[in-house]
Amino acid sequence: MPVPSTMASNTATPSVSLDPQRSFQGLILTLHNYWAAYGALILQPYDMEVGAGTFHPATTLRSVGPRPWKAAYVQPSRRPSDGRYGENPNRLQHYYQYQVLLKPSPSDLQDLYLGSLYEIGIDPDNHDIRFVEDDWESPTLGAWGLGWEVWCDGMEVSQFTYFQQVGGFDCNPVSGELTYGLERLAMYVQEVDNVYDLNFNGGEGADRVSYGEVFLQAEQEYSRFNFEHANTEALLRHFEDAEAECAALLKAGETGQGIHLMGLPAYDQCIKASHIFNLLDARGVISVTERQSYILRVRDLSKACAEAWLQTAGGGADETSTPEEEPGNG
Amino acid sequence: MPDLLLELFSEEIPARMQKRASEDLSRLVGEGLTEAGCTFDRVEAHATPRRLVLSIEGLPASQPDVREERKGPRTDAPEKAIEGFLRSAGVTLEQCEEQVDKKKGAYYVALIETKGRPTEAIIAELVPEVIRKFPWPKSMRWGTGTLRWVRPLHSILCLFGGQVVEFEVDGISSCDHTFGHRFMSNGEPIVVSGFEDYGMQLETSFVMLEPETRAAVIAEQAASLAAQGRLELIEDAALTQETAGLVEWPVVLMGGFDESFLALPSEVIITSIKSHQKCFSLRDPQTGKLANRFMLVSNLLAVDRGDKIVQGNERVIAARLSDAKFFWDRDLKMSLEDRLPALKNITFHARLGTQAERVERIVSLAGEMAERMGVDVAVAQKAARLCKTDLVSGMVGEFPELQGLMGSYYAKAEGLETDVADALATHYKPQGPSDEVPTNKVAQTVALADKLDTLACFWAIGETPTGSKDPFALRRAALGVIRIILEGDLKLPLLQILKPHLAGPLERRIEAEPGYVKQLIAKYLDDDADGAKAEENWDKGRREECLAREVVGVSANLLEFFADRMKVYLRDLGARHDLIDAVFSLGDQDDLLKIVRRVDALGIFLDSEDGQNLLAGYKRAANILAAEEKKGTKVETEVDEKLFDGSEEEAMFAALKTAENDGVVAVSEENFEGAMAALAQLRAPVDAFFDAVMVNAEDEKVRANRLALLGRIRAATLQVADFSKISG
Repeated sequence: MPVPSTMASNTATPSVSLDPQRSFQGLILTLHNYWAAYGALILQPYDMEVGAGTFHPATTLRSVGPRPWKAAYVQPSRRPSDGRYGENPNRLQHYYQYQVLLKPSPSDLQDLYLGSLYEIGIDPDNHDIRFVEDDWESPTLGAWGLGWEVWCDGMEVSQFTYFQQVGGFDCNPVSGELTYGLERLAMYVQEVDNVYDLNFNGGEGADRVSYGEVFLQAEQEYSRFNFEHANTEALLRHFEDAEAECAALLKAGETGQGIHLMGLPAYDQCIKASHIFNLLDARGVISVTERQSYILRVRDLSKACAEAWLQTAGGGADETSTPEEEPGNG
Repeated sequence: MPDLLLELFSEEIPARMQKRASEDLSRLVGEGLTEAGCTFDRVEAHATPRRLVLSIEGLPASQPDVREERKGPRTDAPEKAIEGFLRSAGVTLEQCEEQVDKKKGAYYVALIETKGRPTEAIIAELVPEVIRKFPWPKSMRWGTGTLRWVRPLHSILCLFGGQVVEFEVDGISSCDHTFGHRFMSNGEPIVVSGFEDYGMQLETSFVMLEPETRAAVIAEQAASLAAQGRLELIEDAALTQETAGLVEWPVVLMGGFDESFLALPSEVIITSIKSHQKCFSLRDPQTGKLANRFMLVSNLLAVDRGDKIVQGNERVIAARLSDAKFFWDRDLKMSLEDRLPALKNITFHARLGTQAERVERIVSLAGEMAERMGVDVAVAQKAARLCKTDLVSGMVGEFPELQGLMGSYYAKAEGLETDVADALATHYKPQGPSDEVPTNKVAQTVALADKLDTLACFWAIGETPTGSKDPFALRRAALGVIRIILEGDLKLPLLQILKPHLAGPLERRIEAEPGYVKQLIAKYLDDDADGAKAEENWDKGRREECLAREVVGVSANLLEFFADRMKVYLRDLGARHDLIDAVFSLGDQDDLLKIVRRVDALGIFLDSEDGQNLLAGYKRAANILAAEEKKGTKVETEVDEKLFDGSEEEAMFAALKTAENDGVVAVSEENFEGAMAALAQLRAPVDAFFDAVMVNAEDEKVRANRLALLGRIRAATLQVADFSKISG
């Protein structure tokens, strides 16, 4: 179908800037360019609801096993209990993380990271950039690492972690993970105090689209959903279903020959269970005692998935074990 | 005498670990060198966020030489034996000397001289070992390496006598250079020749090596900035320390926040900007009120003098405070009473149930205490019921350290009684020996109920403090009870209060822990004569009896714990520990106030001449009795006046009877000064008795009667204290 001619001819080129200091999307593109130039794969977000960029298989699973990996991507992240009905200037139940995973961690990782800050216009002569201790632990992923939260003038703009264990397995080699909180970083460089005032597209005047125009309504609606209306009985069922499905896929994918055939779909169910748990938590229906047991249930899934992953090509199974040939099968 | 300079340069070391790490480095390298015989004059160690530094001055160039003599075979031993000896000692025959022994005759002695190794070689072995085994509280690997360090280790500067000591650790070779401030220096390696040069060059590269210097600079700059703004810094030594561990070149800057945030409780503001942003708060010295300003410590002398840094921090603090305001406003929408159901979802302890169950117990205990203390029972129970509700408020979820305090703010906001608000705020107190004790009666009631419940519960499940382990801070709780009772002048019989309160948690344990039931059966029930097994007796209704006996046992044990804590407490106040023992030795002492009064009265009495003499008389009587009892003599309690021989015996017996009577009355009235005065009357007759009367009379009956008299002296004193525990 041909494009109607009016659309092409009547729309003047809008005046937009890709300057990371004036445009949220410009910030993302700048980081993409920086890390692409470094040699990282620029991946797309994972198509599931996750609490953080770490859950993307490009981080969780790729950080397990011997194979080198360099990737960067944006991940929409949902934290139901952080919703504030759009009334808090910087708490969101849905936001974007920019995630970089370099395996093995290069020895100049701090400098590389600082280079990316300079690239988006943070001038080290006038800003106070600090690495403040923050050990990272994800009980649901059976993962932990040491590192820092990176502060810029008192604002936490990134998490910087050297993964030590994921899915209960020692990371060897160790991956370096960088997670930029994109909204915070953008608020910082655009010098706005309210996330909803961020310039999303870098447009001026009538061409300007704010973050609020894109997401305020969503924050209000999802806060209602997360805190008041999510059907907890259904969610409890969904949790059980995801857990059962994960276990079933893990079992079905076993070959008994050191090779697993369905680590990735099984891991999807683990992600699902984890997000449902977060929603239940936001609804306040999980007691402290139960909470621990839910966390352990998700952790069991993620450990089993990591174990399955190690038996796949991506997990390096073809490097560590060559499939044995059955006699007489030739 | 050459010096050693060692710098371990890494990515940012957590502030809280730096001090300990520099001490460990100094200790481990120092000990290693000393063990190798390389002693030194001076050692100092420092830490910055990116480096651990050690300087050791006055080391020898090498280890001292060691000369050792080793006895060998006789000179006429077979050649093979001599050869074997020379081989094992690593010497030639020329390096041996002949010695003669009367028994053994002539034999060889090998003179083995070991040249001391160069100190440099010792260092080259020692430092890599110290690095590999360094006791970080948490360490990590990075890249493809296997070395563990707190964060990736980048370079090792190691100079001895100005020369590089060559070694390698996991691919990192020792070198002679370091780096300056991450942002303020030019980033080029800085070659150094020794410690002094190192310090000077770092200074010009914007690194203050000594944490003390950085802390002092922070304090100084903060004070002067505050003065410029006509404000007063709210000092916080721990925060100063921490910020000194976060920067290599501290620059203090001042910022502000919107005045409207001052409507929040000041503790909320201070805690929020401290715990999240590591910033200091300020107050107006005129009014004493919190100012809408804060102070931050940056790591940079910015080109724009810090305008952007201040702006940035102001934005973050505004966001933090608006978050706190969100919690505050939301929390205020819900009454404390309405928060009670949520306590059912919080576990207090896996074996002790939920916070809701705990609150129920505290309420019942508070009711009982209130009655005994003459406090309005309804008010005390209301305060007790609400005392944990702020745990489920948004603000305490965010800042746990504000527990109690937030409860009181919310109580005031919803118009609850001042006494209730006060009790919520202070019922966790005292948190330690120097913390203040609640003075409000309702608060005392709830504070005691809370602590006594905690103690009773953990005693019921056998989770009592052992050695240095006291994970539930039970010693602190007991000390809290002691201080509230004594400083509040409260009369409370602890055993009577604790016993009924123990039944609940013990019941719960019986229901939940089959192993515990087995223990109780083994402890209290025997197999019957008619063949019924102990277990069957449990089922046959003797469960209640076991429980009752367990209540007695556990409460006695808990009381003993109180006695121990009490001794520590009184000793710290300067009371004589023998007097404390003398009072505790009376047994069943569960009225803490009474114990202290007794100890005080006893101390005053013993300081008097009457007291000293009576104690001497008591000792004399007790020694004679002890000697007799050791021989198996039974000392009668009844005295036969007909057997008296002389007025001294009569006089003493009369005095004893009076003293006993007066003593009993005085003790029952808890008039311990009176009880001591009654004893003082004994002094003259007892002295006269020992002067004139010979206890060891010929006549058996007279002798036994005199021993009985001595027994009565002992008994009379036992009304006020066990004099046998008193020294001197």
